[in-house]
Amino acid sequence: MIRGSYKGKILRVNLTSGDVKVEAINEEWTKKYIGGRGYGTRVMLEEIDPKVDPLSKENKVIIATGPLDGTLAPSSGRVMVITKGALNGAIACSNSGGHFGPALKQTGYDMIILEGKAKEPVYLWINKGKVEIRSAKNLWGKLIDETDKLMREETHPEAETMAIGPAGEKLSLISNVMFNGHRAAGRTGVGAVVGSKNLKGIAVRGNLGTNVADPEKFMEAVYETRDILNKDAFSGGGAALYGTAMLVNVINGVGGFPTRNAHDAYFPEAEKISGETLRDKNLVRNEGCAECPIGCGRVTEIKEGKYKGEHGGGPEYESIWAFGAMCGISDLNAVIMANYLCDRYGLDTISAGSTVACAMDLYESGFMPKEDAPFTLNFGSSDALVESIKLMGEQKGKLGKLLAQGSYRLAEHYGHPELSMSAKKQEFPAYDPRAIKGIGLEYATSNRGACHVRGYTIAAEVLGNADRLKYEGKAELAKTFQDLTAALDSTGICLFTTFGLVGKNIAALYSTATGNECDEKEFMKIGERIWNLEKLFNLKAGFTRKDDTLPPRITKEPIKTGPSKGEIEKLDQMLDNYYKVRGWDEKSIPTKEKLEELGLSQLK
Amino acid sequence: MKILMLDPLKCTGCRACEYACSFKHEGVFNPLDSRIKISTFLEDLSFVPSVCMQCEEAYCAEVCPTGALTKNAETDVVEFNKDECIGCKQCVVACPWGSIKLEHTGKEIIKCDNCGGDPECVKVCAQQALTFEEVEDTVAAKQKGVAAKYKEIAKEMAKGVNP
Repeated sequence: MIRGSYKGKILRVNLTSGDVKVEAINEEWTKKYIGGRGYGTRVMLEEIDPKVDPLSKENKVIIATGPLDGTLAPSSGRVMVITKGALNGAIACSNSGGHFGPALKQTGYDMIILEGKAKEPVYLWINKGKVEIRSAKNLWGKLIDETDKLMREETHPEAETMAIGPAGEKLSLISNVMFNGHRAAGRTGVGAVVGSKNLKGIAVRGNLGTNVADPEKFMEAVYETRDILNKDAFSGGGAALYGTAMLVNVINGVGGFPTRNAHDAYFPEAEKISGETLRDKNLVRNEGCAECPIGCGRVTEIKEGKYKGEHGGGPEYESIWAFGAMCGISDLNAVIMANYLCDRYGLDTISAGSTVACAMDLYESGFMPKEDAPFTLNFGSSDALVESIKLMGEQKGKLGKLLAQGSYRLAEHYGHPELSMSAKKQEFPAYDPRAIKGIGLEYATSNRGACHVRGYTIAAEVLGNADRLKYEGKAELAKTFQDLTAALDSTGICLFTTFGLVGKNIAALYSTATGNECDEKEFMKIGERIWNLEKLFNLKAGFTRKDDTLPPRITKEPIKTGPSKGEIEKLDQMLDNYYKVRGWDEKSIPTKEKLEELGLSQLK
Repeated sequence: MKILMLDPLKCTGCRACEYACSFKHEGVFNPLDSRIKISTFLEDLSFVPSVCMQCEEAYCAEVCPTGALTKNAETDVVEFNKDECIGCKQCVVACPWGSIKLEHTGKEIIKCDNCGGDPECVKVCAQQALTFEEVEDTVAAKQKGVAAKYKEIAKEMAKGVNP
């Protein structure tokens, strides 16, 4: 019998047959992989062939919580979408804030395993543990905010919702899954996988509470960690004041802010799109996800110009960068509008912005014939940005269809895949590896393709004491951040807590909530196990060392201006060392000894 | 007399107060067992806390046929005595705030008791959207704030009258 904060039950829904089953959670797996991301990956390895087409009915999607979801642990309401990602076929776990995670748990389930494919569009209504598969014919084609509203009207006004938008329905490879109408599980094209199953969304409302194994010790850990976060300069200060966009001036200030499709890494007009300017001109109020003392979420409004009166959630740092500097745009209102549009269509903002930047690059280089673009597509054109996002969301015309497949396919179509600023076909986010060496290693080795939230080395390299321009120690740094994040994600707590908290704090929350004995060392070991588990999935899916790479612009073209002028990224030397530190061979395959040490031998 | 002050402008909608409240009173994390409620308006992403205001003229107590709800003149709290409650739920109807609630099974009445003078919801609210304050102090602070503005206006006015 499972103890503590797990519900102990998994809901399995077969969309082909309409069968709904309730299964017991595997207790041994909760100890080895915690929950959410770790547990879900283990299920994926058990139940699907890693080589399947991500958009076939053989792929599965797991909507999962972690054991800290539904408790008072700080920032503990993450919900995870685990699947084989549509963008690159690697193991995908995208996670989102909002209130869906705790609400799912209130229905009595730790996670939902979705399999098969519905004949016609459907959505799930999980009401106090009862499951209904309902027709979504009237929802299909609707934008995310409309879908959220309609689903709540049809179910319960306080139901928490998950939905895909038109982008996911049309199988855009950079489509996301949205929660509560405005929070995103953004990356790896998870929206397309959900869309391929004819599933428009899920509404949940439950009435069950969550218990913890050791209430007294758990509450001690809760108040200790909340106190640390409230006092920390970022989580208790800057993040609330300016949101994550406080980083615009910080990262641009070190010359690590990829600009105009990474032709440069310094954006002279950054101030116009900074967190400070956003606060000044557009902020209505802060928003906090479930149980979050930080409240980095922005509620904003466009107060002047052609988009006057538009309002919504965000943008956060990565989105501002993608639509701003990456496209050479300093018109904050257009950046915000692009962000709202992506949230409505259900598009990943990082990939969407970087894909528009790539299109601008192809257009200006002459690789894209002028007649392929319905408007001039130059860097710096805010109209081109907004119109491109609309084309992308609706997949209108040749350009719209190409944009919706992400920058790699777009650039490949025009014969220049090297102009896609991606790794494993996924667009990298707002930190230039030429200026911040460790993050490039992290992008290249990230199990889901280029990504900052698999191992946020920025915390040490820019916000901490590590030298961002040195290569030494970066393999160890990347591994530490990757392992910690893998374990932390699996608990359901938000990565941003690590601005104040360390492994010891999270391990204390996790162990007192679940009753699973766990100190910092064990917590990191679990994280390493999950990282290797994901790696095993990718190896079986056909990924090799040659996929652990970065675009040639990053490894060969020096930064032209700014504080990091002249820098390139030397990936290979870090990579060799990284594999060694990981206990993998030179082909990036985990050694027998490493797998034995981690208890993964049977999965090789 | 101290009361719970609710500030929708500061509330970020995280609902930590609901979890803290339910845990304090029921030993479980369940927003449906919380005495305080955060209403979320997704159309404009605004968040409004509501909780029992311990009314001077407590309709819930007036309508209660068994005396399960009574206004304690000393503590100013509208107290709920579960043993006297027959579950007629007319207090739910009578409360203008919707702050007489039903717990998660929908059977039993729950309401805020200010945690005996040390509210758990206030402790967990990082945004200080919830505070527990002496009413007189709040009034005085508000008056001072308005007066400070008026002082500046008065200065401007004085210039016109007596240059």
